[in-house]
Amino acid sequence: METPRTQRWSDDDVDQLLGNLLRIGVIIATIVTAAGGVLYLAQHGLEQADRRVFRGEPPELRGVRGIIGGVLALHASAIIQLGLVLLIATPVARVAMSLVAFILQRDRVFVVVTSIVLALLIFSLTGSVRG
Amino acid sequence: MSVLLFTALVGGGSFCAGLLGSLTGLGGGIVIVPMLTLLFGVDLRYAIGVSLVSVIATSSGAAAAYVKEGYTNVRVGMLLEIATTFGALGGAYLAGRIGTSAIAVIFALVLLYSAYRSMKPLAEHGSTDTAHPLADTLRLNSTYPTPNGFQPYTVQGVPAGFGLMALAGVLSGLLGIGSGALKVLAMDQLMHLPFKVSTTTSNFMIGVTAAASAGIYLSRGYIDPVLALPVMLGVLAGALTGARVLAGAKTTILRRLFSAVVIVLALEMLYKGIRGGV
Repeated sequence: METPRTQRWSDDDVDQLLGNLLRIGVIIATIVTAAGGVLYLAQHGLEQADRRVFRGEPPELRGVRGIIGGVLALHASAIIQLGLVLLIATPVARVAMSLVAFILQRDRVFVVVTSIVLALLIFSLTGSVRG
Repeated sequence: MSVLLFTALVGGGSFCAGLLGSLTGLGGGIVIVPMLTLLFGVDLRYAIGVSLVSVIATSSGAAAAYVKEGYTNVRVGMLLEIATTFGALGGAYLAGRIGTSAIAVIFALVLLYSAYRSMKPLAEHGSTDTAHPLADTLRLNSTYPTPNGFQPYTVQGVPAGFGLMALAGVLSGLLGIGSGALKVLAMDQLMHLPFKVSTTTSNFMIGVTAAASAGIYLSRGYIDPVLALPVMLGVLAGALTGARVLAGAKTTILRRLFSAVVIVLALEMLYKGIRGGV
């Protein structure tokens, strides 16, 4: 079972890569969210805020397609939502990168382990489970 | 209240939650939901949705540093993420099925447990006893940095740890928290990982666990951008500030203070949940 690891992909290299990916993901998500936030506050800052009553978000803020449509129309709330989606996507990208690393390391058991986790995440993000 | 004022107040509160959460190691997530529901009167479902998002932000931000320093056991984390993501999907599903009062009561109990755990910090122990057979097969045993260089350690109790992680995942998906306390408990007490490895690996897993349920909350319309804006940015800024201050700081008094806050929030949440006011 024990397979020699390739020179280019030691566990430490992978750790550095995963760390950078997480950092970049959070930074990009934060910038997008903050930009949308500034725009939103400039446009709606003086309106009444009420989150006491649960209404649920409109359909166009519930899925990636609707959010991207809103971003292209420069809707501030859609830009914030895009930042949040990028944030949610960050750990998913981390798992995807782990999968690539395990494939390159020819670590079959962990290719399976990582694939299961990635499948569950994609299952969730594509809205297959609504509950 | 205007949107501007609401954003400023919630942002300030979230900053404090992130700061205290990072200084005490309890994570800001567990106080975000009670703060939003009890102080700002936000609906519990909105509160849980944005809490999940902020949990992803803080855990990913911190995990980035820990992974690079070599504390995190990525293989253990990856394996246990099967359990936590399964659990998280189940928890998010449950959240849409059971009433907010029941969720509030469960939340209160988890808060009380977290406060109790934080009162008795875990002792450092790295074990070099015989590893669990699965740990050998899956090559989970590893090394971690100490002042005397990299020390090897073995991993025990793999199936038991896996089981408790599933429960941690359910609570994460149901309550919008990172379940860090339970994750650390599983790795420290059942799998006998060194304390620093347990906490950093727990942190590493929190983002993936939260992302699994966040997708479901998003598609249900529970994630509100206007509420998420101050919460996510506030908690993240607080946590980063906390991490800067942390180096060498004595946190015993802060821990007690934070635990006291958590207990008060838990009792109020319990009361509201039983009375049906959430």
